[in-house]
Amino acid sequence: MSTTDGPTLIPDDSSAQEIADREAKMRRRKGWFPGLSDKWNALPRQTQWLFLIIVVVIAYLLPILNPPLITTEPGNNWQIALAQMSVYALIAVGLNVVVGYAGLLDLGYVAFFALGSYTAAMFTSPDSPYVHIPYLWTLPLAMAVAMFFGVVLGVPTLRLRGDYLAIVTLGFGEIVRILATIIPAMKGQVGFQNVGHPPGTDSAGQTIFQNSNGTPWYWLTLTIIIVVLLAAGNLERSRVGRAWIAIREDEDAAEIMGVPTFKYKVWAFAIGASVGGLSGALFAGQVGFVNNQKFDIATSILFVAAVVMGGTGNKVGAILGGALVAYIPLRFTAIAEFKYLIFGAALVIIMIFRPGGLLPARQSLLAYGRLAYNKLRGTNGDIPASGKVVLQSGKGADK
Amino acid sequence: MSEAIEPDIDVDALKEQGVDLEVAEKVAPERDIVTKVGEALVQVQDLTVKFGGLTALDNVSFDINRGEILGLIGPNGAGKTTCFNAMTGVYKPTSGKVMLEGQLLNGLPQHRITRRGLARTFQNIRLFGEMTALENVVVGLDARHRTSVGGALLRLPTHVREEKTAIERGMALLEFVGIADHAHFLSRHLPYGYQRRLEIARALATDPKVLCLDEPAAGFNPAEKEELMALIRTIRDDGYTVLLIEHDMKLVMGVTDRIVVLEFGKKIADAVPKIIRDDPKVISAYLGEPEDDLA
Repeated sequence: MSTTDGPTLIPDDSSAQEIADREAKMRRRKGWFPGLSDKWNALPRQTQWLFLIIVVVIAYLLPILNPPLITTEPGNNWQIALAQMSVYALIAVGLNVVVGYAGLLDLGYVAFFALGSYTAAMFTSPDSPYVHIPYLWTLPLAMAVAMFFGVVLGVPTLRLRGDYLAIVTLGFGEIVRILATIIPAMKGQVGFQNVGHPPGTDSAGQTIFQNSNGTPWYWLTLTIIIVVLLAAGNLERSRVGRAWIAIREDEDAAEIMGVPTFKYKVWAFAIGASVGGLSGALFAGQVGFVNNQKFDIATSILFVAAVVMGGTGNKVGAILGGALVAYIPLRFTAIAEFKYLIFGAALVIIMIFRPGGLLPARQSLLAYGRLAYNKLRGTNGDIPASGKVVLQSGKGADK
Repeated sequence: MSEAIEPDIDVDALKEQGVDLEVAEKVAPERDIVTKVGEALVQVQDLTVKFGGLTALDNVSFDINRGEILGLIGPNGAGKTTCFNAMTGVYKPTSGKVMLEGQLLNGLPQHRITRRGLARTFQNIRLFGEMTALENVVVGLDARHRTSVGGALLRLPTHVREEKTAIERGMALLEFVGIADHAHFLSRHLPYGYQRRLEIARALATDPKVLCLDEPAAGFNPAEKEELMALIRTIRDDGYTVLLIEHDMKLVMGVTDRIVVLEFGKKIADAVPKIIRDDPKVISAYLGEPEDDLA
C-alpha cells in the first residue's frame, strides 16, 4: 500500500501492539475532540439512545426557546431561519449519499432541488393551469419525479468517473435552470405564487402552515429529516452501504469482488435525487413562491460545500454543515453579502486543519457489527493474545 | 535452483502456524460444482490479447483442473497478469475463449464473472482502506447475498438473516487466514503481511470455484513465504482450486501441482514442477542460454 508501511513480519505478538499504536496515532491526529467518537461508540446502546432523544427534544424546542446569542433576530425571523436551515440540512443529507457514501461528485444537485420545487409549485399554485392536488401529495410526487430524472441522468453518465462526472452533472444543473427560463409553462422569472401548504387550522381559525410562520414548517422538515436519517442508517449498515463505500474506496476492486458497481451508483444517484426533490418541495411550500432565480450553480456548489464542511460521509455532519451554511448569512447579516467569500475561506481552512470535515466519522457498515467488535476488543480494548475469537451467536455477549 | 521442496502437508505444523483446520468447514459452504476432481474446471482456449500493435498474449491455451494448484510463471513482461486480467474480465480478449465449467465467460461484466466463481487478488494490494478487515470480507460475501435496496431499507427478514450469518462467516474466514484478532482495524492500518492475507480472505468470501492469486508473496521474506505456502495448501485442501502467479521459483516449485510457463506472451511449457525445473526452454527463458554458464 503506502510506501512508508514497508513489509512487516506476518503474525507475532508485537505486531498487534504496533497496529494498536498506529490506530491510536491516527486518531490523535484527528484533533479537536480527541477520542470523542471512541467514547461515543463505547457507550451502551441505551445511553446513546437517551442522548439522542435529548438532542431531538432540544431540536424540536428550538423555535420556542429562541436562545439568545444564537438567534438570528432582530435581523431575520428565527422560526423562518430554522425552517430554511432544516431544508438545507435535508439537502445535505441527500447529497451526502451521493458525494459522501458513493464518492460521486455531483455538482448539479440543485437540479433535483429545482425539480422538487417546480413539482410542488406546478401542482398546487393557482398560477399553474395544471391539475391541482393537495400539497402533501406533492412530497412523494416530487421524490418520484426527481428520482426518475436522477436515473435518467445517471444511466448514461455514471459510466464516467471523477472529473468527467462532475462536469456532466454541472451541465445538468444548468440545463434544468435554463429550461425553467425558456419553457413558457415553467414561467421563468415570473414564477408561481401561493404554492400550497399542508392542511389544518388552529383554534382561532388561522392556517397553521403560513409562509410567515416558520415553526410548523420547521417541525415538519425536522420530522422528515429524522425519518430520512433512519432510512439512510439502515442502508448504510447493509450491503448497499458497503457497496457504496467500496465503490468510493476502489471502484475496480469493488467490481471484481462481485459488486455491481454501476447498479449501485445509479441507486445512489436515485436516492440522493429523491431526497433533493423532497427538500425542494418543502422549500417551495415554506417560501410559497418559486421562480428560476434560486437554482443557480452557486447554490449547487454551496450544497457540496455544506457536505464537505460537515464531514463527507457522515450524515450527522451533513446536517450540521447544511444548517451552518444556511445559518451563517442569516445570523451575521452584516457579512451576508460576502457569504461565498467566507465559505470559501472556511472550506480552505477546514481542509487544511480538519480534512475530514467538522464531524468526521467512519461509517459503521455492519448491522450486527457492534457485538462482534466489542467481543474482539474485550475489556479496556485489550486484544486477546491468542487471537482466537470464535463467534458463537448469542453466547458470551454478556461476558 | 537447488534442492527440491516436496509439497508435504503436515497437519500439526499447520495448526502451530495458526491455521485452524476446524474453521475451514465453516469457511467452505456447500459448493455446487459439476466438474469432478481432476477434470478441467476452467478452460482457456487460444487466448489472445493485443494492445494496439503489441501482442501481450498470443494464442495461450491451458486448463485448470479441479482441485489442483496451478502455477503460472514467466519472466517479467511475459503476460502473466495480462492473462489474469483477460480471464477475469478486466481486459477484453482480442480472440479466444475462457470457459468455466463449460460456460463462456468472455464479455460478461467483471462482477458476473466473480459470481460465476472466479475470484482474484491483486498484485498491488487493493483493499478498501476505510473499511475494517471484517467489513472488507463482508463486501466479498455480499456477492452471494440477495438483499435488495428495499429489503435493506425496511430491514426485511432476509436482510437480517444475511447480516447475521455474514458476520459469522466473515470472522471464520479471517480466522482461516489467521488475522481474526484484527477484524476491527481499518484495513489500511494493517501491516503488509496482514493486508495480503485479508485480500485472500476477501476473495475467498465470494465463494469461488477457482481462486486466482496474483503474486501473493510479493514483498515477503522467506519465513513469511513458508507460511503463505502452508495457507495456499490449506485453501486447496479445503476444496478450492487455485491459480497462482508467482515470481519466486522456490515457492512455485514447492506448492504447485502443475506449472504453465509463459514467455513473450506465448506458452512455452505446461508440466509438473519436476519436469519444468529441467526444461531447457524454461531455463533459457529465465537464465538466458544454458551455455552462457551462469552459476
